[in-house]
Amino acid sequence: MAFIDAFRNRYQTEIDGIKAAGLFKEERYIHSPQSSDIEVEFPAGSKIKKCINICANNYLGLSSHPEVIAAAHAGLDSRGYGMSSVRFICGTQDIHRELENRLTEFLGTEDTLLFPSCMDANAGFFEACLNEQDVMIADRLVHASIVDGMRLCKAMQDTFKHSDMGHLEEKLQEHMDKRSRMIITDGVFSMDGDMAKLDEIVELAEKYDAMVFLDDSHASGFIGRTGRGTHEHCGVLGKIDVITTTLGKALGGASGGCVSGRRELVEMCRQRARPFLFSNSVAPVIVAGALKVMELITATTERRDKLEWNAKYWRGLLKDAGFDIKEGESPIVPVMLYDAKLAQDFARDLFDEGIYAVGFFFPVVAKGQARIRTQLSAAHEKHHLDVAIEAFKKVGEKHAVLGLGKKELLARAGA
Amino acid sequence: MDEITKLVRDYVIREYLEEGDDREITETTPLISGGIVDSFSMVSLKRFLEKKCNVQIPDACATPDAFDTVQGIVALVHRFQKAQPVTV
Ligand SMILES: Cc1ncc(COP(=O)(O)O)c(C=O)c1O
Repeated sequence: MAFIDAFRNRYQTEIDGIKAAGLFKEERYIHSPQSSDIEVEFPAGSKIKKCINICANNYLGLSSHPEVIAAAHAGLDSRGYGMSSVRFICGTQDIHRELENRLTEFLGTEDTLLFPSCMDANAGFFEACLNEQDVMIADRLVHASIVDGMRLCKAMQDTFKHSDMGHLEEKLQEHMDKRSRMIITDGVFSMDGDMAKLDEIVELAEKYDAMVFLDDSHASGFIGRTGRGTHEHCGVLGKIDVITTTLGKALGGASGGCVSGRRELVEMCRQRARPFLFSNSVAPVIVAGALKVMELITATTERRDKLEWNAKYWRGLLKDAGFDIKEGESPIVPVMLYDAKLAQDFARDLFDEGIYAVGFFFPVVAKGQARIRTQLSAAHEKHHLDVAIEAFKKVGEKHAVLGLGKKELLARAGA
Repeated sequence: MDEITKLVRDYVIREYLEEGDDREITETTPLISGGIVDSFSMVSLKRFLEKKCNVQIPDACATPDAFDTVQGIVALVHRFQKAQPVTV
């Protein structure tokens, strides 16, 4: 017991600072399965409220799909609750191998290794595969888990301006003295919903002998004609050296991630990636559920087609209403408000209207880029979106933001 | 503004500001703590300085604090420059 007052005060002061800066995060308690219609307790202790959820990564609406739940139940019965082991001691079941094979097939790669999460896959990959002789060149907007993974790796770190191919080429030229270059990018960028120019990236990679690393967490299962991901959308299937992705979003939404790609790189992870070696095996119940997910999404493209329709419809509704949105083709649709306080107030008012969406602001996005990030799901029916847009319009009118562009919005916010 | 200051400032603007970003970079604008330069890109900034200014900046001195302003970076360059002329 040495948690002396000085320690407690130090942390409390820091927490107070987070609050004072308006950056304090509060959880909202959901009393129902994840879905388009959810029941929310917020603030803690208040009456439960029915809401339309428009901020989940439940892109394919499979998080609470009856067939996935049934498969998970069956997996629980046939393979038990947990493995009580890391993979390489006594934690690998037949279904782990089966899921890895299904993912390899689906992503169009050579091999796949499951990780406890995609955060872990990203945290472990670089250190396992690169060292001082190599360089990592990352898009400046890659996910935080990639940033952490790069920090753990001894290879030289560099970045290029977001989706700026000229800048990337300069960086590749600058690092021709390294043994190998690895270009690192997200497929769909989670805050803006825009896509990496993977076709151009692959072209540059071929020109400068670089490997390509893709985090397709916000794309696997629904981007591309058959939902394989950003590489399918950009016509470079089979040309990406490493893909990391998550089972925690479109692919069932429970948890788990993977590294998928060139056989040797995956093998290096199996031998060396610390989050794979030193963390417990993905639970059988999740593997069984994910296997059903793979079956459902390869049998038909119905869900990704519906998601695409929903995203298009929602973008249209927002634009017609006079909101300033980030253009794109993904089901991530940011409604730009630019001002952090406005984004927070807007989200709170939406909640009062029964719409669950959250505001994002610095440091999650750049200063002066605050927004409400909306995300579509195949579990949304047209009526959900029709109800949601009425709420958006009402709140938009209250804050007098409809029909305004960036300059006017910033002026309105007094920035 | 001396030559090195101009060199560093121009580099920061070219390397870190997106097109259309009209933020002003002065000698005292906080670069890293202000979110303009991310800590990874410090590496390229350091390499650039070492090449252009003929200096070796020890890794231990290339801290985010030392790199936080144009002024600070220039001071660092002067500290480690062995009286060689700048080769621009
Ligand atoms: C781009 C990206 N990569 C990785 C992750 C982490 O995935 P997981 O939840 O499986 O750790 C996320 C999730 O937020 C993400 O958005």
